[in-house]
Amino acid sequence: MPNMRMTKLPAREQDPNIRNCNFEEVSLGYDEAMAIDEATRCLNCKTQPCVAGCPVNVHIPEFIQLVIQGKHMEANDAIRVTNALPAVCGRVCPQETQCEERCVRGIKGEPVGIGRLERFVADYAMAHGMETPKPLPDNGKKVAIVGGGPAGLTCAGDLRKLGYGVTIFEALHTPGGVLVYGIPEFRLPKKLVRDEIRILEDMGVKIETNMVVGRSITLDELLEEEGFSAVFIGSGAGLPRFQGIPGENLNGVYSANEFLTRINLMKAYTFPEADTPVLVGKNAAVVGGGNVAMDAARSAKRMGAENVYVIYRRGEKEMPARVEEVHHAKEEGIIFKMLTNPTEILGDENGYVKAMTCVEMELGEPDASGRRRPIVKAGSEHTIDVDTVVIAIGTSPNPVIKNTTPGLATEKWGGIIVDECTGKTSREHVYAGGDTVTGAATVILAMGAGKTAAKAIHEELSKG
Amino acid sequence: MYRIVTKRALHETVTLMEVEAPYIAKKAKPGQFVILRVDENGERIPLTVAGTDPARGTVTIIYQKVGYTTRRMDCLNEGDAFIDFVGPLGTASHLDGIKKVAVIGGGLGVAIAYPQAKALHDMGAEVDVIVGFRNTDLMILVDELKAASTNLYVMTDDGSNGHKGFVTTALEEQLNAGKEYDHVIAIGPLVMMRAVVNLTKPRNIPTVISMNPIMVDGTGMCGSCRVTVGGETKFGCVDGPDFDGFEVDWDEAIARGRMYRKEEAVSMERKACNLLDVDLQTKRGGN
Repeated sequence: MPNMRMTKLPAREQDPNIRNCNFEEVSLGYDEAMAIDEATRCLNCKTQPCVAGCPVNVHIPEFIQLVIQGKHMEANDAIRVTNALPAVCGRVCPQETQCEERCVRGIKGEPVGIGRLERFVADYAMAHGMETPKPLPDNGKKVAIVGGGPAGLTCAGDLRKLGYGVTIFEALHTPGGVLVYGIPEFRLPKKLVRDEIRILEDMGVKIETNMVVGRSITLDELLEEEGFSAVFIGSGAGLPRFQGIPGENLNGVYSANEFLTRINLMKAYTFPEADTPVLVGKNAAVVGGGNVAMDAARSAKRMGAENVYVIYRRGEKEMPARVEEVHHAKEEGIIFKMLTNPTEILGDENGYVKAMTCVEMELGEPDASGRRRPIVKAGSEHTIDVDTVVIAIGTSPNPVIKNTTPGLATEKWGGIIVDECTGKTSREHVYAGGDTVTGAATVILAMGAGKTAAKAIHEELSKG
Repeated sequence: MYRIVTKRALHETVTLMEVEAPYIAKKAKPGQFVILRVDENGERIPLTVAGTDPARGTVTIIYQKVGYTTRRMDCLNEGDAFIDFVGPLGTASHLDGIKKVAVIGGGLGVAIAYPQAKALHDMGAEVDVIVGFRNTDLMILVDELKAASTNLYVMTDDGSNGHKGFVTTALEEQLNAGKEYDHVIAIGPLVMMRAVVNLTKPRNIPTVISMNPIMVDGTGMCGSCRVTVGGETKFGCVDGPDFDGFEVDWDEAIARGRMYRKEEAVSMERKACNLLDVDLQTKRGGN
């Protein structure tokens, strides 16, 4: 008989006023008793709507039933059949719009806490010495993966399991992509990412860091000179967008990419122990309303800013950020200035930010995205004192590969054009997926695309 | 790891290293740069490629001990290695079609000007090289530059080599004497490059300058290296480092170059002991 409690068991969390001063993980997850309790809420539906809602089709009811039986290692195996990074997904997936949205328990009451259970299982298995999944014997064929982020890691893991020789070429000094440079330590501890990647390496995936494909080596050289039979491009959407308003190049104005990279990848929060600094003053403004804006705002708070503003031109309802992230940010004291848009950043005599001019907005008719279009309210111009500004209004695919790979078809905005069912690009033996195809999206969608491409690459290479 | 094959002090504060990095050695062209890290806590710093030896798989870098990281680098010796060394990054200099050119270098910029002068000289262009140093003790690469130029003019701020003045003094002399250049390339401190542009712009001589902004990733991901050129924001790491000198917003570039001055001082002060420790260790032969 399932547990008919209507609500999801809350995860343990650090107190907001303590956590907003440290970079330790905010959510402490479930312990074993909590996990088993929550797992018993699952109805083990025959139709498995949750599985269809997952971009990598994790065998959700199957793993949850194993949790109920206390067979957590087996539950981990069940998850890892389709998902190479469960400790990551359990933390950063937007479950509320995927598996949990489809959960039958969500019709009356809250859905089963699938994400929290996935996280519990993955953490349990890592802490209890899980065995490295065994790949099939080497089949003698080599595949190159460009970019060590979620798409590339997933594609690499799936192909390695099938016996391919897989090498990931990573531009930065550490693999992980957005998992290491973008998502903060307090949401996704970097040790976990390292552990997940180590499992792939133990399976035999090779990782070459400091290799910028297009610069250090070209895609054509990988295929023609280095003996790779296929290439998967998962190079992400790394190019930051700015608003194009006056003052954006003042000292103290960052793209969210730079701000988060300095803090996460370069560990500026330990400066001067780590050599890379970041400037965070007393008043910080983060422009944008997505998850990246939430990450930047919460990081600024932890770096010691007294007042942190999230400045967004539409209303709170229109914010693309996850509800949970907005909730966490508010708990931590982030100030939300909705329906507000910056028009100019003002500097002092030495070129450092001192203030920002904004206008208030009101919502008009829906635009092409279906969201109500913000319109400037007449006479609403005002100035806010700020000394740090982070622009978090989105990113585009990095053009380096496009510019150095003849014949690779791309959209006008830079996205690589692929066949959605296979990830196949306009170039023979070249596949792509993740943010470099879709523009900035989620970790799990990128993983789904890596999986799709791995399947298609296997089909192509096993033909003959 | 990227092994240091050669380490040679060019003078008291400037050092040359050859580093094992075969992919970069094969690919790097004049004007491109690498990013390196000394150790796990190290920052990523850009350094222009000063030369390559594809056969030996080495890349030459030349650095000046100005801040914490460059001093930390200087604690490494032949046989030691950098933890990270990535490149070649940036857009290579466009040298095609240049026939009569003045290549101007100031201070450490001379190290970057040299491969450009050499490439142009090898392509058969008429190359006047004008370089400036504070005094004769700080001169670098003078013999190499002589071999890579039609005429070489070496200036010193204090006149200790008998030619007192800045690079602009020598450039102005040549221009006033009727020398016609179809192109000027200026590499050095921002104020030097700006001074060169102040001479060449009224005479309408196309002038390419090389920016050396603060960077993190160096692949276009962060925008730390933003520079305004012709009213548009460009990224030094992918759109540059070379830009049209007439169009650069110099005041902004100078202000951005000073962005972390306080933090740089903190690094030097708080970690001076690290440098001492490493110094001691290297002297003992360890690392």
